[in-house]
Amino acid sequence: MLHDMKAEDIVGDFTEVTLKLYGGLSREVLFTEIETPYPDGKLIVSTTDTKGIITHVNRSFVEMAGYEESELIGAPHSILRHPDMPPAAFKDLWDTVSKGLKWQGFVKNLRKDGGYYWVKATVIPNVRNGEVMGYTSVRRKPSRTKVEECIKLYPTLF
Amino acid sequence: MSYQFTVSPDFTPDHLSGWYIFNTWLQHQTDNAIHLEMYNDFHDQRVAIQKNNVDLIYANPFDAAMLVREKGFKPLVKSLGISDEAIVAVNADNHVEDVAHLKPGIKVAVTEAPDVHMMGMIMLEPADLDASNVEMVASDTYVLVAKHLLKNEADVGIFLAEAYDDLSNMIKKQLRILVRSQISVIHHSLMIGPRLLDQREKIQNILVQMANDEKGKGVLDSLGFTEWQVVNDEEMEFMIDLMDTLTM
Ligand SMILES: Cc1cc2nc3c(=O)[nH]c(=O)nc-3n(C[C@H](O)[C@H](O)[C@H](O)COP(=O)(O)O)c2cc1C
Repeated sequence: MLHDMKAEDIVGDFTEVTLKLYGGLSREVLFTEIETPYPDGKLIVSTTDTKGIITHVNRSFVEMAGYEESELIGAPHSILRHPDMPPAAFKDLWDTVSKGLKWQGFVKNLRKDGGYYWVKATVIPNVRNGEVMGYTSVRRKPSRTKVEECIKLYPTLF
Repeated sequence: MSYQFTVSPDFTPDHLSGWYIFNTWLQHQTDNAIHLEMYNDFHDQRVAIQKNNVDLIYANPFDAAMLVREKGFKPLVKSLGISDEAIVAVNADNHVEDVAHLKPGIKVAVTEAPDVHMMGMIMLEPADLDASNVEMVASDTYVLVAKHLLKNEADVGIFLAEAYDDLSNMIKKQLRILVRSQISVIHHSLMIGPRLLDQREKIQNILVQMANDEKGKGVLDSLGFTEWQVVNDEEMEFMIDLMDTLTM
């Protein structure tokens, strides 16, 4: 289940928009201009089932996303979808991994408190006994130059 | 039939005798003839693996994918509480405060340990550094990595965190840590090959019980370990997938 974001969870001044998600879903999201820097030396890791429902998160994921682990497990991964991310990026992600290939890209993620953080993400299919059981994404700290390029590029992809 | 056991060449030299003691203990406990073969470097070890000479290996996480997916190895155990972490450090006189301020063209002192090298290079990425725009200074040991920094023969050193922590205080005082990884799911594992697979459960049980036995405890001590912990197939697959994402 994906709940609308709540004003009481948000830290700072926020903007409200309705995000159109896959499968006709929509979600009210509230976002601020507050960036949380990527923590040095850490990897943010999550695993989903084949449909993109979160099945595992590591501690860094929980810390950066700002949700409790129990709120994340069972939720669609679009719980982190930021309105500044162009849909084309995620279409490319899904097109790539559903062919059994690895996808890499820079992603701006939305925190529970309305803030955001940039990551360099690599998504890989989890193949077990020849079958794709799900997907794992491992994020690392992106370079500032790459983030600046995305800040310019992404608005042109809508 | 005699089996061959080998250890990832990046083990700490202090524990060389420990691995021989462990091998003797293992032979007694499992009733197998096992020969411990120490290879000089990763290249020689991988050649032996390719020739199917190896039956038991304390493997670097970097080689786990090849061992499992190409050579039919399965995980047995890992050392409880020990994971492979990397440190990026500079000479204490270096004025760089943040990895992000490092510039292309710098010299990076590294050892051959492939997992530490990979983690270290990932920690340099925030500065837009990669193998194409830094110069590697190959070093046989972590003490030599430190020496390259002290003599300003390298700008940055990549260390196994444990090895960095074990450097003398004299050396550490002249160095400064820029980043220490906190990944916690990348680790060496004891793995078993196809010829021994029918004994997997038996050997796994013996290893897990090792810390409960006085003699076994002493052997673990000589390796610098406290206890073996089971690594199941899914845990190994997860680590392999993770390593896979990091090599891209
Ligand atoms: C393993 C995995 C990890 C993902 N991680 C993220 C993420 O961190 N942030 C995000 O917005 N989308 C992530 N996605 C993509 C989402 O599943 C989803 O496609 C995206 O948020 C856009 O939502 P939509 O597909 O409903 O339009 C991930 C997908 C997979 C398979």
